Amino acid sequence: MAGFSFAAWGNDLYTGRRSYAIVAQRKRWFAVAAALAIASIAILGFKGLALGIDFRGGTEISVENVSTTQQAPAIEAVRAVAPSDEPRVASVGSNALRIQTLKLDPDQITEIGQRLAEAYGIVPADDITVSSVGPTWGQGVSMRALWGVVVFVLAAAAFMAVYFRAWRMSVAAIVSMLTDLLVSAGVYALIGWEVTPSTIIGFLTILGFSLYDKMVVFDKVRENADGLLDQTRTTYAERANLAVNQTLVRSINTSVVALLPVGGILFVGALLLGAGTLRDLSLSLFVGIAVGAASSLFLATPLDVALREREPKIKAHTAKVLAARAGSDAGDDVLVNAGAVQLQPGHHLGQAAQPRRKSR
Amino acid sequence: MLLPFAGLLTGTFLDGRSADNPGGASLTPGLALDLEGGTQIILTPTTTDGSQVTDATVAEAINVIRQRIDANGVSEAEITSQGGRNIVVGIPGKASDDEIDLVSQAAQMRFRPVLTYSYGVPTPTESPSPSDDGADAPADDATDAPADDADAPGDDASPEASPAGKSAGAPVMVPADLAADTTPSPTPSPAPDAADDASTDATSDGDAAASNPSDLAQITPAIQEQFDQLDCTDPDNLRGGGGDDPNVPLVTCSTDGVFKYVLGPVEVEGTHIKRATSGLLPGANNTTSNIWGVSLELDSEGAKQFAATSQRLYDFGDGNPQNQFAIVLDGLVVSAPGINEPINDGRAQISGSFTRESAATLANQLSFGALPLQFDVQSQQEISATLGSEQLQKGLIAGLIGLLLVVVYSLFQYRTLGLLTVASLLVAGAITYVTIALLSWGMGYRLSLPGVAGLIVAIGFTADSFIVYFERIRDELRNGRTLHFAVERGWERARRTIYAAKAVNLISAVILYYLAVGGVQGFAFTLGLTTVIDVMVVVWFTHPVMALIAKMRFFREGHIASGLNRERLALSTAKPRYAGAGRVAMPQPAVDVAAEVNAEAEGATPVGEPALVGAATPGPAVVTDASGRRLTIAERRAAERKAAQSAELAADENEEGR
Repeated sequence: MAGFSFAAWGNDLYTGRRSYAIVAQRKRWFAVAAALAIASIAILGFKGLALGIDFRGGTEISVENVSTTQQAPAIEAVRAVAPSDEPRVASVGSNALRIQTLKLDPDQITEIGQRLAEAYGIVPADDITVSSVGPTWGQGVSMRALWGVVVFVLAAAAFMAVYFRAWRMSVAAIVSMLTDLLVSAGVYALIGWEVTPSTIIGFLTILGFSLYDKMVVFDKVRENADGLLDQTRTTYAERANLAVNQTLVRSINTSVVALLPVGGILFVGALLLGAGTLRDLSLSLFVGIAVGAASSLFLATPLDVALREREPKIKAHTAKVLAARAGSDAGDDVLVNAGAVQLQPGHHLGQAAQPRRKSR
Repeated sequence: MLLPFAGLLTGTFLDGRSADNPGGASLTPGLALDLEGGTQIILTPTTTDGSQVTDATVAEAINVIRQRIDANGVSEAEITSQGGRNIVVGIPGKASDDEIDLVSQAAQMRFRPVLTYSYGVPTPTESPSPSDDGADAPADDATDAPADDADAPGDDASPEASPAGKSAGAPVMVPADLAADTTPSPTPSPAPDAADDASTDATSDGDAAASNPSDLAQITPAIQEQFDQLDCTDPDNLRGGGGDDPNVPLVTCSTDGVFKYVLGPVEVEGTHIKRATSGLLPGANNTTSNIWGVSLELDSEGAKQFAATSQRLYDFGDGNPQNQFAIVLDGLVVSAPGINEPINDGRAQISGSFTRESAATLANQLSFGALPLQFDVQSQQEISATLGSEQLQKGLIAGLIGLLLVVVYSLFQYRTLGLLTVASLLVAGAITYVTIALLSWGMGYRLSLPGVAGLIVAIGFTADSFIVYFERIRDELRNGRTLHFAVERGWERARRTIYAAKAVNLISAVILYYLAVGGVQGFAFTLGLTTVIDVMVVVWFTHPVMALIAKMRFFREGHIASGLNRERLALSTAKPRYAGAGRVAMPQPAVDVAAEVNAEAEGATPVGEPALVGAATPGPAVVTDASGRRLTIAERRAAERKAAQSAELAADENEEGR
């Protein structure tokens, strides 16, 4: 075998010849997820999200009768006065500019006005109008978006509970989706870009993607767990772990394929365009997709196993399997090598493994 | 799948988009404000009842405007409040006058009694002859009255329209009937040019103490003069504009400019309207007639006021102009239905020659007209799209680079099969593009920057369904199936996953679409659209093509570059395994726990299962070699020995490898 073959790796994962004990080590993943979530909450709490002009209001400067509608001088003018600001400049008509900034005090506005006047050859008193932007729109959008999230979560939870016929699965998916959202928001706050309506859109998309990804993985779990109770060789945890391993290649491929275009926009947006719709949207998406794909494997499925092992039927079944196994030579690490039970021809599993006549 | 393409092409020919037909079809989708530039209108709301404009009323006004715009289709109009006082409305593209009206029309709705009316021209020679059709219509017959009556409000002023703007004929309000009233026009004097301002407000010299709002004594000579000079064909007089004093008579035009009215003081404020709906009116015996109309419901106080008014108006009798009740929106008469019976419960129905659209328009005007606000247009600006178009350009380049990377990656991962992914993506992209172009024609959808980003993002989501599918096919190959079976079974299983997962996506899109606003809504729309298209493409393109591919030798035999290479997929499985129940799995196909788990999951052993050798196999085990010839027992034993040897070898290798 020359080098590493992705297909062969996928093959080994599929057959269980190679297996990562993702479910068995679930406590570790829960700890990681909890740490990330707590860190995100801390970041959100201490640093907070930098809200854009649409959410917190701000100052809007209209410059009219400019000789050129180039935006660079306007950005420079604002930056010179308020260095931390990320002004949004748009041409209005053929001879006017609109500059959105953070809330500025009158002195700053006067100074910016003078600089703008120099740069564009205008009369400050006549051609510059200043108005402030109310935060109503952003709040309105966030409120409705929040409602959208609540309704979506309820509807999706109901759908999954019905589809999988197991409410615990749906709970696991929703909980890990919300964790995704939290962590994405944390990363966004950490980077410190402004939250604009585009960011909100990005986060809303994350919800859909994250849940979609979990659906795909869970569907494999469901498929593997079908007929689980009719046999005593593998436990639910093992089969779920097998499912995770089997979908590993798909998850990697999916994430790469989804991340490539988003990464492209992020790269171009952040480097070439500066603040704007594309940049904000792509960052929230990039983080969200990566986190969502990872949590489908490492959080959602282990969480599902942890929840479903409390289900009486599955609990009893797991106990039965483990009891049956205790007699055989397979040790504790069978659980670790979940799904990787390899039977060797000619090897005897002991008398316990032999078919038995049932008492009549 | 070709339908959208055909539709768009036909549409382009029949209703091509041009400067004067911005809503027409085009091969390029319409762009939203941030990409195309557009019109920005700044409105200042003022209350009509003298109360303070609060944040709440501004928010309510924004809702009203947003509702009106959204009711016009998804145009991604951006509505913001500025400084808690102004409302900024951004309309993508070049806003038509209708759209600007829609936004800025004061939501000031009032009911006034009609004192008199006539054709909307000031010329005295043309005394308005009673309209024949109106005259013939039996007042109490709801069904056949409306047929030829007036136009819907907002229609162009067609001179042949019959009186009363829109007349009503219904169980409750009847068509305004001009038969009995012998020419209500009180000899208008010619002076058309002087009347420009006349329409807005009656001078408040209507001081003749009117005994009731319908008292004709209110028509003072000044008002008469004003009425005579009013020229409703002059567009200036049809612009409306709030600020009419509710306590004095009003001289004004109908919105279509066909008629002009003298109206009494306001009797019922529009704020008393609880709801207004349009629909097919109920006919006799609980049947549904085929007449469109508007049902109106007033709150208790409105109902009380309306009851008194309708009783009085009813007493004037059919045909008397004073029998009519003018619905005044923004100072213009939207409709002036007659009353054919007193309405005491606050539930009125307006019928007339409504079309579905005109009924809906009136219902809209009525229900949104309840806000005690009027808007003054502060400024109206055209916005260029320099910034947006720059972002769009760069964004598209980024998207293309991303797409290219996706292509490279899927070719690396799936070799030749990756080409199918690329082809499917192209098909999906083409359909999405055409659908958006169609929607932008059909319902005014406009692509915004978030929408474009959504489309680029959708590349990844769309490609995922192919990946799920291909991985399932590979799974089946790993189970040892032939490609033909692997494709079929892989599809059966992938299909379920794809449907379920996409359903979740669709749920999210639909809910966000209905619950979110503005840009979020446009984005949700793109998301839902691409989800649906994605499923369509997988079902109707990728899978059929895959099935065809499965028949090709190149893929069937698992060529090294096909992405379905069996050796690569079933590597290191050359080892016979005990498969339980006295069966032994032969080396060539890998039967593993996974396969077993899956077999159990399927419930039945499907065709194409790997050959099993064993004592317990029911009937003589049929073992065939690669050419399909049945092996003799000796050959089989030899094969087993050989396999066992190689298994040990492999096992040793494995040991060493670890």
